[in-house]
Amino acid sequence: MSAASLGLWTVPIAVLGGAIRVSTPFLFVSLGELVTEKSGRINLGLEGTLIMGAMSGFGVAYLTGSPWLGVLAAGMVGVIFGALHAAICSLPRVNDIAVGIALMIFGIGLAFYLGKPLVQPRAPTLPALPLGFWSDIPQVRAALQVNALFIVGLVFTPVLSWALANTRWGLIVRMVGDSSEAARALGYSPIRVRLYATCFGGFMAGVGGSFLSLYYPGSWNEGLSSGQGITAVALVIFARWNPVACFGASLLFGGAGALGPALQAVGVTSGTYLLNAAPYFLTLLILVLSSSSRRRVAGAPGELSVTK
Amino acid sequence: MSQDYRLSRRAVIAGMSAGAAFSALPVGSAWAATPTVGFIYVGPKDDYGYNQAHAAGAAAVKAMGVKVVEEERVPETIDVEKTMESMINLDGASLLFPTSFGYFDPHILKEAKKYPNVTFMHCGGLWHEGLPANVHSYFGYIDEAEFLSGIVAAHVTKTKKFGFVAAKPIPQVLRNINAFTLGARSIDPTITVQVIFTGDWSMPVKEAEATNSLADQGVDVVTCHVDSPKVVIETAEKRGLFTTGYHASQAALAPNGYLTGAEWNWEALYPSLITDFEAGKTIPGLIRGGLKAGIVKTSPYTALVPDAAKAKADAVKAQFMGDGFVIFAGPIKDNKGATVIDAGTMRGQTDIELEKMSYLVEGVIGSTS
Repeated sequence: MSAASLGLWTVPIAVLGGAIRVSTPFLFVSLGELVTEKSGRINLGLEGTLIMGAMSGFGVAYLTGSPWLGVLAAGMVGVIFGALHAAICSLPRVNDIAVGIALMIFGIGLAFYLGKPLVQPRAPTLPALPLGFWSDIPQVRAALQVNALFIVGLVFTPVLSWALANTRWGLIVRMVGDSSEAARALGYSPIRVRLYATCFGGFMAGVGGSFLSLYYPGSWNEGLSSGQGITAVALVIFARWNPVACFGASLLFGGAGALGPALQAVGVTSGTYLLNAAPYFLTLLILVLSSSSRRRVAGAPGELSVTK
Repeated sequence: MSQDYRLSRRAVIAGMSAGAAFSALPVGSAWAATPTVGFIYVGPKDDYGYNQAHAAGAAAVKAMGVKVVEEERVPETIDVEKTMESMINLDGASLLFPTSFGYFDPHILKEAKKYPNVTFMHCGGLWHEGLPANVHSYFGYIDEAEFLSGIVAAHVTKTKKFGFVAAKPIPQVLRNINAFTLGARSIDPTITVQVIFTGDWSMPVKEAEATNSLADQGVDVVTCHVDSPKVVIETAEKRGLFTTGYHASQAALAPNGYLTGAEWNWEALYPSLITDFEAGKTIPGLIRGGLKAGIVKTSPYTALVPDAAKAKADAVKAQFMGDGFVIFAGPIKDNKGATVIDAGTMRGQTDIELEKMSYLVEGVIGSTS
């Protein structure tokens, strides 16, 4: 089948491919932030962590020649940023939102500063699995070039969902998030649990950032992130603190981002700017439709400062 | 990085006495006419794009022995005014090149009134009569090089479908898209150019997405007009497409697909401007030119370009270098079917009508709104 005869069918194929390609950073950042928020703390600094992860992952991959070492390094940088956030927030009367914003600005600035010599070089990129091998259509093959990190995220989502509901540490994280007094009464330190949860969130955000610089678009540049980190934090609320819903929301945002270019490519050219704004419009619409004045947002951790 | 910078006492004393002897030499007056030159970029200066092209020009000025100060990533806000003032007051710069389009109004205009002894050179062709005498504009007819890229690409395409990833539908971008299309269609009128607007100058994920969408549509040649073509060229290379570059050469990024490209030649213009400035010559308010003036150039053809394409492109290039070649020669229709340039009307490069371009020519698939 030739490209021309596919006609408008290329739009859903491109949106599917785009959803898989674009959604991965959203998925990782939102799963990490979900655990942080489940422990009762919100880390808005993940945009900075994401960009630091992108820069350091790229740098390590470039220097060592191994993209997976880059991913690991990005995660470790994320852990450091998470620990920093948790440490500052464990001081008395410190607002986690303000600390997050400060860390976001710090992370972005530091990444731009340290990343200066990395704009020009090229680093090895992460592998992709050709899941479209069964098809002769090049578009389908291209769309189903699924990157390895997406598959990691895909497997991890149900694991996280199960672990939060059924394991000991899942219960501890949720308990700390719902009532720190209860946790303290049972002998758990909310500060320590939140430290681990925020470090985990930082790790995931760092890995999400490394996806941007090591797979798609696959290079380090100062304009690399157009707010994916901060969008992913919002996605967690949108997904009602449910990992599986986070996965769906990430795909939705990824696909919506691919819709504009895909429609322009088949010649639907009016309202370009409106189409580019589709993901944000969609968020507003769903939030309005699912809002309620009578009950608290379902699934929201009780200790979370934004919903308290 | 681990070099040892510690100096022995002896070396310091020797250096100090040498410095004292040197400063006593009458070199000070000879250098008085040489300005300190400031370059301001909106992005990183090694972006394989717009800023790298300007930084190459700055490096050429530096190579002349002129003192150059640079600052990267300066936003088009009040920040650029602070940068200009610090270059003037702290570094003693008397000639500034704030290179980004959005620096001009109001920032450069404000600073130019405040510092009448400092010369401001702005890239973008926004100069008009009545501005302070120390404000100048320069810009190049890079559409000439785009036209040649179109000719070259038309010789290698199999699907007869080209893709163009563009930032915003402003006249300069439209002019490049149209010149590229006209160049391609001068070889094969069945060629179409699919344009995708990303909405802003630097949107890496969207640029990659646009390039992938074009590849899905069966496009086999991709070019772009964004600040850093790196993402578009690399993504196209991964999809096995041919590419033509923009701003600077991206040949190193795409060994299997890069054909040629439209590049700025600031490393030729800037040193000549500095020479004129030092000699005290009057610099015109608006400096414009294309291939002939040496303000733009084409990337050297790669091994992928067939001889027929080289011959054809070189023949047109010779006309640009000679008496001139008119890209926008009537009759030209837009892609909605309306005639935008009447038969017999020749819109040469200096024609002011071309600066207001608001249409896409026949053969372009896309819309400006």
